[in-house]
Amino acid sequence: MTDTSIDKLARATPKTVARRIKGLSDRGIAWLFVAPTIFLLLAVNIFPLIWTIRLSFTDFRVNRPNRDVEWVGLRNYERILTDPDIWATMQATAHFLFWTIVFQVLIGFFLAFLINKKFKGNDLWTTIIVFPMMLSPAVVGNFWTFLYQPQIGLFNYVVAFFTGVDPASFSMIGSVNLAPWAIVIADTWMWSPFVMLICLAGLRSIPDSIYEAAECDRASKWRQFWTITVPMVLPFLMLAVLFRGIENFKMFDLVVQLTGGGPGNTTTLTSIDLKREAFERWRTGYSSAYAVILFVTVFGLASIYVKALNKVKER
Amino acid sequence: MSYSITEPGKGIKWVAGILVVCYALITIAPLLWIIATGFKSGPDSIAYPPKVVFEPTLEGYVNLFTDRTRATSDMLEAAGPPETWYEQIARDQGTVITGASRYGERFLNSIIIGFGSTALCMILGTAAAYAFSRFRVPLKDDLLFFILSTRMMPPIAVAIPIFLMFRNLGLNDTHLGMILLYTAVNLSLSVWLLKGFIDEIPVEYEEAALIDGYTRFQAFYKVVLPQAATGIASTAIFCLIFAWNEYAFAVLLTSGTAQTAPPFIPTIIGTSGKDWPAVAAGATIFLVPVMIFTILLRKHLLRGITFGAVRK
Repeated sequence: MTDTSIDKLARATPKTVARRIKGLSDRGIAWLFVAPTIFLLLAVNIFPLIWTIRLSFTDFRVNRPNRDVEWVGLRNYERILTDPDIWATMQATAHFLFWTIVFQVLIGFFLAFLINKKFKGNDLWTTIIVFPMMLSPAVVGNFWTFLYQPQIGLFNYVVAFFTGVDPASFSMIGSVNLAPWAIVIADTWMWSPFVMLICLAGLRSIPDSIYEAAECDRASKWRQFWTITVPMVLPFLMLAVLFRGIENFKMFDLVVQLTGGGPGNTTTLTSIDLKREAFERWRTGYSSAYAVILFVTVFGLASIYVKALNKVKER
Repeated sequence: MSYSITEPGKGIKWVAGILVVCYALITIAPLLWIIATGFKSGPDSIAYPPKVVFEPTLEGYVNLFTDRTRATSDMLEAAGPPETWYEQIARDQGTVITGASRYGERFLNSIIIGFGSTALCMILGTAAAYAFSRFRVPLKDDLLFFILSTRMMPPIAVAIPIFLMFRNLGLNDTHLGMILLYTAVNLSLSVWLLKGFIDEIPVEYEEAALIDGYTRFQAFYKVVLPQAATGIASTAIFCLIFAWNEYAFAVLLTSGTAQTAPPFIPTIIGTSGKDWPAVAAGATIFLVPVMIFTILLRKHLLRGITFGAVRK
């Protein structure tokens, strides 16, 4: 038996402590092992959540701690749900969510389909394609503002090169019409590989024997694709959409660096709006109510979606 | 090689390969552009048309790590001839170095907070994952779902009370505060991933060890931990990357002593407007380690990004 440093450590443990540890039942160990994690999560997640809910019924402001805090009941919720500006940010978020998911599903699935043809070197190229999604969205988003510069930006130059439009004539992040697409493009660039990886796992999980059987039955490739490939990959694809949906609903870092929510409010996603209310206007009670609404929305949508996903899986 | 009807034909492989390579080149172009811009001079970085071929310089890196000021002739006289190569580079731009910039500190903060939270996260996560995998914990499924659900909350929504809580505890803008916060954020990932890895280790190994007279603890660290080493290592890299990349909490809860690199890099400016080579240099130093880790992780990538929901 080799003498490891852990052994030494174990021997260094005082006898009484050692006896007590040895005497622990499995149940005791289970609690000892799980408790710190649960405790930390309660302290950093659940306790703040309860605090947020409490604050959401008040008119508390962090920057005026000495002012009397008043209970305002549901007034914060009422004001948020009837505020047209907030519905505008919801719309911006919906636009962002919808199009990023559409593009990422199309590109991701198509790429996975191609990579699954097992050409030489597909592992290497898969790794290269995956790079963007592992990087810091804030740092990358900041650099994308450089790529999007009119005239000098690489993106504008490439668009100009292929379409002949003057590269100085349009600004992806300065224009009200283009900015919502600028964030969709950057996010799609970043996260299509994510959908690709999950689809690839789906494609690889389909046993060859099914295709062989279809081939024996003289099913066309087209028919095989729609009756075997697509239904078998669908649960994986839906899982990818779930992840992307939750992540993009929370989207903050990439977009705040890319456009800062502008021009005007065209790319002010809910997280960015919430940050302004909470940390620039310091309306703590109001933004707490806002946060609760967002959390309920994402949790509710995700639960409905998971139910649908499980139904697809059962089929 | 035996013939298989499901093996794609040679032509299809070629077409698929070419398309994927094209996409890969397009997707990596912005990253190569960041790296290239880091080695450009100021005027080269904003040249039109964008310069692909240029004379490389370390200007961006010198500007990244130093604070400079526009040099007047008096200052140049007072400073004397440049003594080091980096002073020379600063002089060539018509500036004098006034001191070190804060990028070094910010980068160090990223390392301290990243590694600190990863270590803590792995200790807590491995223990919890082992318990969830091997013991009958009451309300196990509920607890596991609770752990996962903490990931669904938008960071900004959680940040409001955490900001208040940290202020009361004196944890705002401290390394300890950020380490605890990132640990809590990453615990969901580490518990779920590690539980999957430990589930895969046959329970018979431990049973054999227990029969041989090992205690539960000995069985845990002498049998399970070595078996799970690969899983633990890849989970750790995932936690490190997430902590490394995190921006929302960092920008809201840190401003001075504990600020990490992601909120700092976008604020880099030169003596006259935005200094893109310096920003690119900062981004390069920050992003390249993650790319290397990605290559190391490639076998476990899928598992990591889906919290263990999809295994290859």
